[in-house]
Amino acid sequence: MSELVGLYALWYREFKVFLREKSRILASIVNPLIWLVAYGGGLGAAISFGEVGYQAFIFPGVIMLTTLFTSIFFGLYIVLDKRLDFFKEVLIAPLSRMTIFVGKMLGGCTDAMLQALILICLGPFFGINYTPYSLGVLVIFILFIAAGTTSLGLTIGSQLNSFEGFGLIQSFVILPLFFLSGALYPLNNLPDWLFIITRINPLTYIVDGMRGALLGNPAFPLYVDLGVAVVFVLVLIAAGSIAFKKMKS
Amino acid sequence: MIGEAPLMIIKVEKLTKKYKDLTAVDHVDLTIEEGEIFGLLGPNGAGKTTLLNMLATLIPPTEGVAYVNGYDTMKDPANVRKSIGMVFQAPSSDDILTGYENLYLHSLMFGVPKEQRKKRIAEVLKLVELEDRANQRVKTYSGGMRRRLELARGLLHKPKILLLDEPTLGLDPQTRGHIWEYIEKLAREERVTVIITTHYMEEAETLCDRVAIIDHGRIIALDSPENLKMKLGKSMIRAKIKDPKLDLIKGLNYVTKVEEKDGEVMIMLNDGGSHIQEILCNLGEASFVELREPTLNDVFLQLTGKEIREESAEGEIERYARANGR
Repeated sequence: MSELVGLYALWYREFKVFLREKSRILASIVNPLIWLVAYGGGLGAAISFGEVGYQAFIFPGVIMLTTLFTSIFFGLYIVLDKRLDFFKEVLIAPLSRMTIFVGKMLGGCTDAMLQALILICLGPFFGINYTPYSLGVLVIFILFIAAGTTSLGLTIGSQLNSFEGFGLIQSFVILPLFFLSGALYPLNNLPDWLFIITRINPLTYIVDGMRGALLGNPAFPLYVDLGVAVVFVLVLIAAGSIAFKKMKS
Repeated sequence: MIGEAPLMIIKVEKLTKKYKDLTAVDHVDLTIEEGEIFGLLGPNGAGKTTLLNMLATLIPPTEGVAYVNGYDTMKDPANVRKSIGMVFQAPSSDDILTGYENLYLHSLMFGVPKEQRKKRIAEVLKLVELEDRANQRVKTYSGGMRRRLELARGLLHKPKILLLDEPTLGLDPQTRGHIWEYIEKLAREERVTVIITTHYMEEAETLCDRVAIIDHGRIIALDSPENLKMKLGKSMIRAKIKDPKLDLIKGLNYVTKVEEKDGEVMIMLNDGGSHIQEILCNLGEASFVELREPTLNDVFLQLTGKEIREESAEGEIERYARANGR
């Protein structure tokens, strides 16, 4: 019981902070809009996939990108928490490290979901028509990305002691995960090397699942996409819990 | 019960923390009674904070054991954490949240029962006189207010032991005096045992019932501030003398110790100032004389041959940057 109350406290803190940092919310909305309007609009003037416009095609990918960035950086911010004595206050609470990890993770997920929700509302402007089914599938997949990548960020952040590694994480984790996922291009007719890499990247399946639900013609059956997403999340949550147990204070 | 020995709320045996090539805390033995205000006094880097963090279960010891409120810090950290409240060196309240919200979150994390939360928060806010500012963001607080909020937070879950890591570091003298008043009030009204680390002599002298002087991870002296000073003598004379004739002075029966360093003579007396005339007559031509009671700094100087350095400017800037780095 006390662990659950503690969990709520950790989540509540992240939620409050999110609501008060309005500049962060604004930035996280403008960024994907630039992708959709400038990049999607520009390239979309030359390319379309059958009935589907390019903006609509990359829409799930852009949602993934936003969620990915928000979640990983949310997780990495624990480096800052650790440098301030603020986090020690949490670590001396009579709560298990698992609770602290899950509380943080749920806080990050909430942030990411709220941002994604705003983007979802803008979908119709980019040629997306929702059905209750497609909306449900979309939200579930966003939840998987948020939970998985927040855990990934927390795992990395809990083992780092400074911001020095942040640039490397952007170059070697976030951008490859995004660009090698089929977020911006279809998965058929790829060169062999790219074909193989996209099939290894778990986010490929998540984007495919979202796109399949929104626009049809998925590359994989839904159960494959969902299965990969579930494994992806479970592995990263496990990694995060272990990393938090080992984290030095 | 009558005749029972006072409860040892903290018991530390051979507690040691080693880092690669540094022994931060070196086989420390220590017992602290319930209700004491106990000071750990020493220069920066002496191992005070490391010792405190081991008591708080934040870092595991390399060797030795520590019992806090009867619980082993390694085997039963959850119960240790329920017994302690801690105020850290650097600001640890969330400045995006209000004072009230900080306290509310703490009450949730530390398992304050639901029906008591509001009442406890109101009580501790009153104790540190922050009722008026409770609903403003911590960002708008002064350093002293923030410290007071953190003191209040440390007490929220009614801990038996309060650990304070340099509670007045970086505060101006006036605010420092206020914080001391609060700590004394808390110890009295909430009947908590307070363990405080400091490198301010004055803080240890004013606040503490007993003081352990720490240097290089070891306790080199432990007693009440009065007794520590008494060991040097009741008073001391510091003088600049051209050709000091020390042999004669050393023979006087009320002189406990004579030292000469860099052209200065230090004479410890187990008596008040009544003999100063006799000493000066025998000492030689003086260009400067000071008669005073010994301080803990003199005690430290005697024990280690060096002064407890006041905080360096660099440390202060670093602390400031850390506190504002978010």
